[in-house]
Amino acid sequence: MLKTEIKTVLEANRTRGWVSEPDAKRLLSAAGLAVPRFVAVTDPGQIEPAADDLGFPLAAKVVSTRIVHKSDVGGVCTGIGSTRELTAVFETFSRMDGFEAMLIEEMVSGLELIIGAKIDDQFGPVILLGVGGTGVEIYQDVSLRMAPLGPEDVDAMIKGLKAARLLSGYRGRQAVNRDELIRTLVCFSKFVMAAADMIESIDLNPVMCSAKKCVVADARIMLPPADVEIGGRT
Amino acid sequence: MQNTCAPSNGPSMESRPSAWDFKRLFQPKTVAVIGVSLKRERHPANVIFNKIHLRYPVDVFAVNPGGGDLFGQKVYTGIQDLPQPVDLAIIAVRAEYTLDTLKDCIDAGVGGATIISGGFAEIGRLDLQNQLADLARQNGFPFIGPNCLGIYVPGRIDTFFIPSERMVRPEPGKVALVSQSGGILVDQMTKFAEQGVGFSMGVSIGNKALVRELDLLEYLAADPDTGVIAFYIEGFARGEGRDFVQAARQCTKPVIVLKAGKTSEGMRAVSSHTASMAGDYAVFSAALAQHGIVEAANEIELVSFCEALSCYREAIDGRVGIISSSGGHGALAVDICSRRGLSIPAFNQQQQARIRADLSLSVQPIASLTNPIDLTGSATDGDFMAAAEHLSRLPELDCIVLLLLPYSPEITSDLGARLSRLCRRNNKALIAYVPHVERYRMLIEGFEFNGVPVSPSIKGAVLMVEAIKRSKPC
Repeated sequence: MLKTEIKTVLEANRTRGWVSEPDAKRLLSAAGLAVPRFVAVTDPGQIEPAADDLGFPLAAKVVSTRIVHKSDVGGVCTGIGSTRELTAVFETFSRMDGFEAMLIEEMVSGLELIIGAKIDDQFGPVILLGVGGTGVEIYQDVSLRMAPLGPEDVDAMIKGLKAARLLSGYRGRQAVNRDELIRTLVCFSKFVMAAADMIESIDLNPVMCSAKKCVVADARIMLPPADVEIGGRT
Repeated sequence: MQNTCAPSNGPSMESRPSAWDFKRLFQPKTVAVIGVSLKRERHPANVIFNKIHLRYPVDVFAVNPGGGDLFGQKVYTGIQDLPQPVDLAIIAVRAEYTLDTLKDCIDAGVGGATIISGGFAEIGRLDLQNQLADLARQNGFPFIGPNCLGIYVPGRIDTFFIPSERMVRPEPGKVALVSQSGGILVDQMTKFAEQGVGFSMGVSIGNKALVRELDLLEYLAADPDTGVIAFYIEGFARGEGRDFVQAARQCTKPVIVLKAGKTSEGMRAVSSHTASMAGDYAVFSAALAQHGIVEAANEIELVSFCEALSCYREAIDGRVGIISSSGGHGALAVDICSRRGLSIPAFNQQQQARIRADLSLSVQPIASLTNPIDLTGSATDGDFMAAAEHLSRLPELDCIVLLLLPYSPEITSDLGARLSRLCRRNNKALIAYVPHVERYRMLIEGFEFNGVPVSPSIKGAVLMVEAIKRSKPC
């Protein structure tokens, strides 16, 4: 992906301080990461055709200029089984602060991991891999590594997790597709290196990892403060 | 200069030259001490002048614009008046005079300086400090500091303003220590001396306005006197950490780092000490491990790690065989090893039988030969030698920890040297624990002089094993 393409999308999101979820997912998808199929709807009339296209069950998330932590304000609904339910959710979301759209997404399952990036002042781009979900701050089971990452780096990061055994199929559970996880992190690392002077940090949480694939269920790209020129950091 | 630690293709500070020429700065033959005082006898500059004049094999000149006479030696009014060219200028004038003094040194063709004076970034005068750095950079003139103790090279030069009789000096050896804090450097030197760890060079870099960790890493990587490079670091400038770890990865010598400012409290303390910004510790620690830099958690570990890595350069996996004459010591060592992620492979019946056959008749029936091996209080030198001979040939081990209690009547002072030579010959890392009491000195030196590190505690010995393991990138 071209650096200028990334820059255009990031600039468009500049005033809110982070990249909207649909934009973030488009960027990540272009970078080679798997994201769920989704449609962003702004009008209740768009709900039925979108749902028909994606197929139930579905997840719905609020897209807002003001809400960065969606689940904290009830801005995420999962396991939705009908157009009637979706329409009700739309009504609730549309009353939320800064409402822009509702994201309708196919449901994905797997082991919840977090993949993240931070542009460290002393060490530059750094990639994080850990146990994801809403409890990420409680478990704090993460590996950190300076980017760029090669496959052997990702291997070392997985080995460094307390949850490493969970990934290789613990007690009858299917193992996570390691090759896909490695591919995902290597692609992500390339994206981070290209965007390093334009971003502050990234959370891909959760990334749903199964025996088949690793899908980025939610993504948050934080931008540098408004007084820092995008692309100006060397 | 052989550039074995050149930074790889990461971002780099633009104004940084590829390598400074530190030869005249670190190996001076002539030295000027600028800013001696004729009024205050114990002025830091006077202490420095006096110790160099009396103790070091260099020509030293005192400088003060007022001229006169100090400890019976002539005081020159300026650096330009000295009878010979100067390699190293030690600048101890007040902060507001440093810029002019630096200019004079450059004009007089001095080879480099250490700026002892304080009153710069640490009190908010970053501007003054930047002026010094800019001037030096434009003229290719290396200086250490400001706000530092400077350089200590055993038998060669000492710019610390600590009276000679108050300083504890380690023996000459292989470890170089670069410290942002002068106090930490002096204190570590005391600990190095206590533990018999040899020292090649100590540099206190203070506010590191010009010469920084990365410059010294490059210099020390090529320095034939240095085998292990250790750092006490509070924080790096933007992007500098990346350059440092990548250069350390290229370096063929072990690099050890002790980091301060790990917690938020620590970070506050650091910003008031040498005006440094502490970085995010988790990233710092991960970046070190990724590049095979051994991080010491505290000053005790730093000494242990330096000692171990000055003896063993090749990284191990940490498969440990333990030999002791006390079951309790063996059990304690096993506990610490497992907490530290080291393995203690068990010996099978056959292996045990082979060892037992070579033990003395009185020990044969009572020794316990699982791992850890307990040779009991009746063990002789020969029993230790037999056990070490077998263990040093076992491919399932890559290290032997010897817990030696010299109280046993059958053990002699020769055992240290004999065991060390045996393990060296069989190419197996050996680490010894011996209580550090003066009466056992000969036993301890028998190990140390044969390249085997000795710790005064069981935990310290295990830490040494861990250090050798961690010098491998992970």
